[in-house]
Amino acid sequence: MIDLQGKVIAITGSSRGIGLCVAKTFAENGASLIMNARNNNANFKERCEEIRDLYGVSVIECPGDVGNPETAQNIAKLAFSNFHCLDVMVNNAGILKDALIGMIDKDQVRQTISINLEGVIFCSQAAARVMRRNKKGSIINLTSIIGTNGNTGQMVYGASKAGVIGATISSSKELSADGIRVNAIAPGYIETDMIKDIPDDTHQQRLNSIGMGRIGSPQDIANIALFLASDLSTYITGQTIGVDGGMLI
Amino acid sequence: MENTILEIFEELFSTPKDIDKELLIYNEYDGWDSVGHMTLVGELENKFDCMLEMDDILDMSSFTKIVEIMEKVTSND
Repeated sequence: MIDLQGKVIAITGSSRGIGLCVAKTFAENGASLIMNARNNNANFKERCEEIRDLYGVSVIECPGDVGNPETAQNIAKLAFSNFHCLDVMVNNAGILKDALIGMIDKDQVRQTISINLEGVIFCSQAAARVMRRNKKGSIINLTSIIGTNGNTGQMVYGASKAGVIGATISSSKELSADGIRVNAIAPGYIETDMIKDIPDDTHQQRLNSIGMGRIGSPQDIANIALFLASDLSTYITGQTIGVDGGMLI
Repeated sequence: MENTILEIFEELFSTPKDIDKELLIYNEYDGWDSVGHMTLVGELENKFDCMLEMDDILDMSSFTKIVEIMEKVTSND
């Protein structure tokens, strides 16, 4: 167990998939949470309640689209008004819509860049302002193996995730003097709702491309997020850590 | 309010107490560049125990404007 008692952690896109698993993992280790999801629906409220009940930690709900700068401001304000600090910001919210180049429409481009990249920028900006006060913090950005390696049919998603890596590197340089670390996690093929519509033959092809021969679990990603959130990684910044079981694209 | 903000300027930018405040302009006054601005914002937030809106931070282009914004922010608390 890694001790996150007393740490305040905000996680975007935390109502399901990797974000939810990260939230549970942090709560299990004692952190207070600010959980964000795009929709303030029953599922989100139930997940927050479940974490409160299971782990006995403080969970503050902050619904909103991360592509809207007001959501980032609200997260930072909640951290400031409730705890006067923010120790960790996990920029996880993201969408995936595949399309071959000739089939990409402008709304898909704008929505993907807005949530996957602008959201990271706005939330990092707001989080850094609270973190600066205490001269410490860890920002963890979720990118993707598609952002490092690219893939057919994923030009838009790949561009947004490559942008996250650029944002990670640049912000790490600017914020290191304030004791704020910024790192990215690049998951490979992970079992979440994002891949539920992938046809069986494509699914098998992807499995065949993974050196370890298995699909990754959200817990595989949450474990690295836990490491980056903890004091075990206090000298690591500006890095992108691949968590892909040796996947080749 | 004005005196407290001037004290922050003295501390951060070695501003003399008797300075003509009209000279305190962002990117013109010595030391008040973008890096200095972020430090200034942090000090204002600490001193007044508040969290500023991004639009307000970007609007803080002069001492006079800062006083105006901080009066608005503190009166909303």
